[in-house]
Amino acid sequence: MPTQLRETDVVIVGMGAAGGVAAYPLAEAGLNVVGLEAGTWLDQRDFAPDEIRNNYRDWPMLVNKAELERPTSRATSATEAVRVDSHPMMNAVGGTSLHYWAQSWRLNPWDFGVVTETARRYGASMIPAGSTVEDWPFGYDELEPYYDRVEREVGISGQAGNVRGDIDSRGNRFEGLRQREFPMPPLRWTAFHERMADAARSLGWNPFPGPAAVSSVAYDNRPGCGYHGFCNKGGCPINAKNATHITTIPKAIDTGNLKVVTRAHVTTIEVGSDGRVSGVNYVVGSNEYFQPARVVLIASYTYENVRLLLLSKSRAYPDGLSNNHGQVGRHYFSHHQGSAVGALFPYDLKAWYGLPAQGVAVDDWADDNFDHTDLDFIGGGNLWVMSDRRPISAASMGTYGRGRDWGSAWKRFIRENSDRSHSSYIQKTTLPYEDNYLDLDPLAKDPLGFPVIRITGRYMDNETAIAGFMQDRMEEWYREAGAVEINRGGTGGAMGASTHAYGGTRMGDDAETNVVDRWGFSHEVPNLGVLGASVMGTSGARNPTLTSQALSWRTAEHLAERWRDIAE
Amino acid sequence: MTDPKGQRPAISRRDLLRAAGAAGAAALIPDTVGAVTPDAMGVVTPDAMGVVTEEAPPAGPPPSNTGEERVGRPLSSGRPLIAGPLTNLTARETEVLGAMVDRLIPTDELGPGALDAGVLRFIDRALSESESDAAEAYRSGLAALDAYSQYTRGGPFVDLSTIDQDSVLIDVQTGAATGAGAGFVGSSGSFFNLVKDHTWQGMFGDPQYGGNVDFAGWDLIDYPGVRLAVSPEDQKNLEANQLQPVRRSAYDLGLFE
Repeated sequence: MPTQLRETDVVIVGMGAAGGVAAYPLAEAGLNVVGLEAGTWLDQRDFAPDEIRNNYRDWPMLVNKAELERPTSRATSATEAVRVDSHPMMNAVGGTSLHYWAQSWRLNPWDFGVVTETARRYGASMIPAGSTVEDWPFGYDELEPYYDRVEREVGISGQAGNVRGDIDSRGNRFEGLRQREFPMPPLRWTAFHERMADAARSLGWNPFPGPAAVSSVAYDNRPGCGYHGFCNKGGCPINAKNATHITTIPKAIDTGNLKVVTRAHVTTIEVGSDGRVSGVNYVVGSNEYFQPARVVLIASYTYENVRLLLLSKSRAYPDGLSNNHGQVGRHYFSHHQGSAVGALFPYDLKAWYGLPAQGVAVDDWADDNFDHTDLDFIGGGNLWVMSDRRPISAASMGTYGRGRDWGSAWKRFIRENSDRSHSSYIQKTTLPYEDNYLDLDPLAKDPLGFPVIRITGRYMDNETAIAGFMQDRMEEWYREAGAVEINRGGTGGAMGASTHAYGGTRMGDDAETNVVDRWGFSHEVPNLGVLGASVMGTSGARNPTLTSQALSWRTAEHLAERWRDIAE
Repeated sequence: MTDPKGQRPAISRRDLLRAAGAAGAAALIPDTVGAVTPDAMGVVTPDAMGVVTEEAPPAGPPPSNTGEERVGRPLSSGRPLIAGPLTNLTARETEVLGAMVDRLIPTDELGPGALDAGVLRFIDRALSESESDAAEAYRSGLAALDAYSQYTRGGPFVDLSTIDQDSVLIDVQTGAATGAGAGFVGSSGSFFNLVKDHTWQGMFGDPQYGGNVDFAGWDLIDYPGVRLAVSPEDQKNLEANQLQPVRRSAYDLGLFE
């Protein structure tokens, strides 16, 4: 029998990027919150600038629940799913915000109304066949105040491009209207970034520095970034990367109303006879606990959110919690962020120090910022030229057809070119489709005997068309800056496990096609909420974390304001 | 037992916690700060951590079938393969792998290669640590490399000319050696990539793990070194080729347990 713990107001499953934000407004409102985290606390002493550990071996995780629950993946339902080799999930207080790239974008207004805007400008027939995309239940304006709040509470650096309608050419002229500047100036540019920005301008494009959850100057008693070069999959040894374990979670703990329980592995959510959730079961080692709660918020990674719902079967929800409409796991998609373009330059880029969130963005070819009348796709991509070079990865660069990648001739090549290559990062509009989904794998199980998630997904024509189009744009940009060799990755394929995993518990007004309502609460289970990118129905052309955090804040604030309606 | 940072001789709080993970987890109760003291976890001795020392090889015949003898075959650099005992690779495997990594990154007029940089020791240590799953792939792959050399070039890999060694490695890398009866498990290219990836990690990774001896890898590519803070002036100096490289392991900064 599990140990019965004392009831709390709210239990949050996962103290990561999303749950770690939601805890703060709830605790501030005076609600008692228990945050269950499978991992442990890590701190700056754990974050040595060590490429072998960060990028080639395991992180300093003391708990690796996610590794034991790696999903399986297949391109279509006609193929066999195999266990993925790697995954982006992170068991620690702060979750993936510890080791992510920390690019912290707002979505652009178009991303909230893809269906309506496409129909209005090009006709409804331009919506790709088989796509299940819907407009969000609200527009960008509804989320703006939450973006603004999170940018300050977490700490985001950047250059505004549209403050209350005043377009500033130093920032992104395509961004949605923001009520004020970023709380910190953008991360600095290097000479190479300046050169790429000049090249973009000579093409008639609008380059600007991207937004980052990295302090560019001292902020909230934490120092500004040291640009040490190990931010990609590395934690920050000086606390300049604003992960939730040093931002909103400590603020929530300081209220006295948040208790974080580490090494807590949640197995199922319990349902009472009234069809409402009554709490969660978790294990710590071999000890079992039941944490009763008035409200349950799940805030683990997209794969884990969906899995926990599907594993929580009851008489009221025989196919999994909140799944009586068969929507849990549907509308899943991995962000199309591959199809990189590489370039070789005839000069050193001096890129050894810096971070992936530092660089030059171009949004001219994103979303609907350009006319698609003669194109065979909707949406687009964000072009991103960043700093990201470390010794092993630099020495592992491709040779651009200039000979073997080993031996004495290669030594001459790498001695000359280790600091002369660049690889772009191009995030592209990705849509949900009928044929792409998550479910429980019929065979693969974790050590407790529970099935793991199975990803069924591949990139469709709209995504691969964008990829080819964006590669052309990126090649133009590199050539303009003097690149002498270019190579390109493929444009499609299976989705696989992704660092940007969306859907599975989509948000929308229609209970027939969405799991949660416009506030993030289940259409079927009134005291169950979902946090994270699993509620997002579109990706835009930019990283999901800030949007997921703004949504989390909004869900939490709504819960606090409507506590009696939701909890009683 | 793993040694996540491959460090010696100090055992950090982190190592203790990690070592305790399997055995100690059942005894843990939910805690609110995640603090677990090493004292509660028992003691891990250095011997259990797979620490490899730089001691001279023992006199007389090796006591077991491991790479504990000095391997005297002359290489392109004219030196012995290793200066001390290896833990996981046998003497024969050490010889074959040594010849292979010596072709991947040779010692030449541009400076030290993989052998000088300690890549053999790096790989051997890795096979005791996070890469232990790869031990069987090394075992079968190195045997297959030798068998393929014998079938197709008329001699074991280490006895081939460097030209023949390179042509064998091209076959292995491209997958052409797959299915030739040599015994590669899966594609021969997988074996090649495994060795190449580890060789590059050992050559260009932090010296804490036993490779990159004398910062040979970082010197080859002019990596300016591990710094915690790079000021705007530092970046400008780098761009003007006036930033002095620093040569130290991240773990010499004194901040990381």
